[in-house]
Amino acid sequence: MVEWTDSERAIITSIFSNLDYEEIGRKSLCRCLIVYPWTQRYFGGFGNLYNAETILCNPLIAAHGTKILHGLDRALKNMDDIKNTYAELSLLHSDKLHVDPDNFRLLADCLTVVIAAKMGPAFTVDTQVAWQKFLSVVVSALGRQYH
Amino acid sequence: MSLTPKDKATVKLFWGRMSGKAELIGADALSRMLAVYPQTKTYFSHWKSLSPGSPDVKKHGKTIMMGIGDAVTKMDDLERGLLTLSELHAFKLRVDPTNFKLLSLNILVVMAIMFPDDFTPMAHLAVDKFLCALALALSEKYR
Repeated sequence: MVEWTDSERAIITSIFSNLDYEEIGRKSLCRCLIVYPWTQRYFGGFGNLYNAETILCNPLIAAHGTKILHGLDRALKNMDDIKNTYAELSLLHSDKLHVDPDNFRLLADCLTVVIAAKMGPAFTVDTQVAWQKFLSVVVSALGRQYH
Repeated sequence: MSLTPKDKATVKLFWGRMSGKAELIGADALSRMLAVYPQTKTYFSHWKSLSPGSPDVKKHGKTIMMGIGDAVTKMDDLERGLLTLSELHAFKLRVDPTNFKLLSLNILVVMAIMFPDDFTPMAHLAVDKFLCALALALSEKYR
């Protein structure tokens, strides 16, 4: 089981409470699809992904970004048992969506960059440590049910 | 994943804006890497202190950024341009190449903080490609 200090819980809760899920979700997913174009392989049914401009304007991608953030919200609300909270989601990504788990890390890195841009200097070293610890637990839980 | 002329222009543009604060940026990126990925501390066991702002971290952050700045001027042939550095990393420092990715991410984070509006996804792509190419050139002599 993952141990969280009070400080880590406070930092992560604070980050989420100041987040616009739609804005950050859209920006993070778009950034992932642009910076790591091979991730587009999972979005064949999402319309026009021809270039950065079309990706940034794509409403289906924007909606999916929001969905991802709400998924992270579930992890936030169950920080002491992310592994079990994500069991079904992990199976979905493995058996139905067939997503290479390495992609979770790529999206996590894009989320970190987007949040760093949003928070600016408030994204201190300690904040980043807590945030990336949270994301690494999420990424690990998402890959847990692969078989 | 080679650098297009546009990628190179983007990298040069950002580098121009960063070179004046190279020491600060390097120290910040290095501090973040050491904190977020504690396994990277193993390469610096000879330092007195690994905390952000310590003289060793500041000095090494500057060294790294000088190296990257040099690489920016040699973008057209990184392998040849970074030959000496590659030999240093391969035979003397023997840094596991996985770690280059970890530092790269933290350089990108510092850039996002410094340029929240200008560090667009396209700029991120160009810089990430450059840092990947740099890492590849640095590990050229490993085996």
